Amino acid sequence: MIWLGIDTANSPLAVAIVKDGKIVAAETRNMKVNHSASVMPAIEDIIKKAGLSPSDIDAIAVSQGPGSYTGVRIGVTVAKTLAWTLQIPLAGVSSLKVLAANAGIYQGLVCSVIDARRENVYGGVYNSAHQLESVIDDGHYSMASLLEKLKEIGQPVLFVGQDVDVFWQQIKQQLGELATRAPYTFDLPSAGQLIYLAEQVELPAVEDTHNFVPTYCRLVEAEANWLKEQKEQKR
Amino acid sequence: MGEFIMENIYILGIESSCDETAASVVKNGTEIVSNVVASQIESHKRFGGVVPEIASRHHVEQITVVIEEALKQANIQPADLNAVCVTEGPGLVGALLIGINAAKAFSFAHGLPLIGVHHIAGHIYANALVQPMEFPLLALVVSGGHTELVLMKEDGNFELIGETRDDAAGEAYDKVARVLNIPYPGGPQIDRLAHESDGEVDFPRVWLEPDSYDFSFSGLKSAVINYKHNADQRGEAINPMHVAKGFQDSVVEVLTAKTLRAARQYNVKQVIAAGGVSANKGLRDALTATFNKEGIPFYVPPLKLCTDNAAMIAAAGTSMFKAGKRSDLALNGRPGLELLSWNK
Ligand SMILES: [Zn+2]
Repeated sequence: MIWLGIDTANSPLAVAIVKDGKIVAAETRNMKVNHSASVMPAIEDIIKKAGLSPSDIDAIAVSQGPGSYTGVRIGVTVAKTLAWTLQIPLAGVSSLKVLAANAGIYQGLVCSVIDARRENVYGGVYNSAHQLESVIDDGHYSMASLLEKLKEIGQPVLFVGQDVDVFWQQIKQQLGELATRAPYTFDLPSAGQLIYLAEQVELPAVEDTHNFVPTYCRLVEAEANWLKEQKEQKR
Repeated sequence: MGEFIMENIYILGIESSCDETAASVVKNGTEIVSNVVASQIESHKRFGGVVPEIASRHHVEQITVVIEEALKQANIQPADLNAVCVTEGPGLVGALLIGINAAKAFSFAHGLPLIGVHHIAGHIYANALVQPMEFPLLALVVSGGHTELVLMKEDGNFELIGETRDDAAGEAYDKVARVLNIPYPGGPQIDRLAHESDGEVDFPRVWLEPDSYDFSFSGLKSAVINYKHNADQRGEAINPMHVAKGFQDSVVEVLTAKTLRAARQYNVKQVIAAGGVSANKGLRDALTATFNKEGIPFYVPPLKLCTDNAAMIAAAGTSMFKAGKRSDLALNGRPGLELLSWNK
C-alpha cells in the first residue's frame, strides 16, 4: 500500500510517501513559498525520489483544513484531481489534528493553534492520552473564548503550532501554569503524521472524491451577511 | 514516398478565471468535441456581483466534475490527449489557482504536456471554433474586465493597438445597471431595454485623441449617474429604457467607429468580436451592419462561446501546442498576465 500525503493548509509545505507502514520519503519546508507554484514540483520530486510513478500510488491523504483558504484549496485541488483521475481513494484529515499528532507522545490535552487574524484562531483541542480524541471541536474561535473553554476544563494543555508565538502572552495570562509551549520541533505539520492519521480510519469510496471539499470552519463574510439579512427579513 | 498523414490533435482545456468552472475537449483547435460549463451565476446573484472567495469555493466543488464530464462526453481517455491547456491569467487569482492546480495534477498523473493560456487569447480563438481565422485580423475584445483592440498579423501574434484607460465596457454596463436598479448581471437587461425603447437620452461619446484607438467609459458612466441624480433632485422619474438606449448607443457607436477605423488602417482580412459583452445584440448588430457595408468579413462566435468557456482555451492552446510552447509544473496563476505572442 503506497500513500501520498499533502499538506499546504498553512504556510509550511509538507509532502510524504509511505509504503507499507514505512515513511519512504518526507519533506517539510517552512520558507515563504508559494504553494500554487511549488506543491506539484514537490510532489513530482518526492515520487521520483521514491522511485515511483504516479500510477503506483494507492491512496492520497490531504490536510483538509482549516487554515489559509487559498492554501487549503491548493492542497485539496491537487489531491482531489490526482485521486479522481488515478481512481484511488482520498482521505482528508484535519490540519489541526495533524499538528496535534506531533505531540502524540505527550499524555494530555494538546491545543493546535493557527492564527486567523484579528485575535481569532483556528483551534482544536485533542487528548493525546486517548488517540487524539477531540476535546474541543476544530473551529474558528476568538483566542479569548478558546482559552476560556480551556480554563473551564482546568487541565494542563500543551500548545502546538508556530502561530502559538503570536498569542503566547495572552495564553500565559489566561491559563498560567496550565499552559505549556511545545518545543519548536512540534510546530510544523508532518505529511507522515498526516498519512498515519488517515490510515486509522476506513478509506472513503473512490466515487466520493468529487464531493470532497475543504473544511473552512468559516462562512465567507458576504455569505454570512446575506444569511443574516435573510433571517431579518423573515422576522 | 508515403503520404504524410497529419495526426489529429486532442486538447483538454480548463478554465476557472472568474465565475465559470469549465472543461472541454477540442480537436485540431477547430472542432469542439465536448464543452462543459458549470456556471456560478445563480450563487453570485445574491451579492450583486462576483464574490472572489465564493467563486474559489465553487471552483473546488466543481473542478473534477466538469473535467470528468468533458472527457466522458468526448468519449476520450487521458492517454488519447496531446496536452492539457489551462487559463493562466488574467483573472481572479484564487479562482485561477483551482483550474491551474487541477490541470497540473492531471497532466502529471498522465504524463501530458501542460500549457498555460492567456484568457483573452482564448476569447479571440473562440472564433477559430466557428470560422477559420484569416490574417491580418482585428479583434475587438469586450468583457467585464477588458475593452481592447488586438491586431493579429499571423496566428499566435498579437499587437495591442487600443485599450480602455479606465472602465471596461462590461464594468460600465454593470454600474449603469446598478443606477437603473437592474439586478446583477445587468448587461443583458440593458441590451434588452435598449432594444425595446422608443426614445433615448442623449449621452456623450468619448473619442479621446483623433488617432487613438484607446477607450474611456468612465465619463459616460458619470453622465448616466448625473442624469439620474438630477432627475432625483427634481423629484422626476427617469425612463430606464431611454437611459439604457442612450447609454448603449454611446458605447456601441464608439466601439464600432474605432474598430472600423483600425480595420481600414491595418487593411485586415477579418474582423472578429470576442468576450462576454460581444454577446450584446446591439453591439453585434452594429458591427455586422458596419462591416457588411465596408465589405470586410465580420464574425462573432455564438453566445455560449462569447462567455467564458474552456473550448476557447483549448483552441488557443492548440496553436501554442503546435508552436512548441510548454509550461512546467511550477505554472502559477497570474492575475495581471500580459498577452504575449507565441509566434513572432
Ligand atoms: Zn472572459
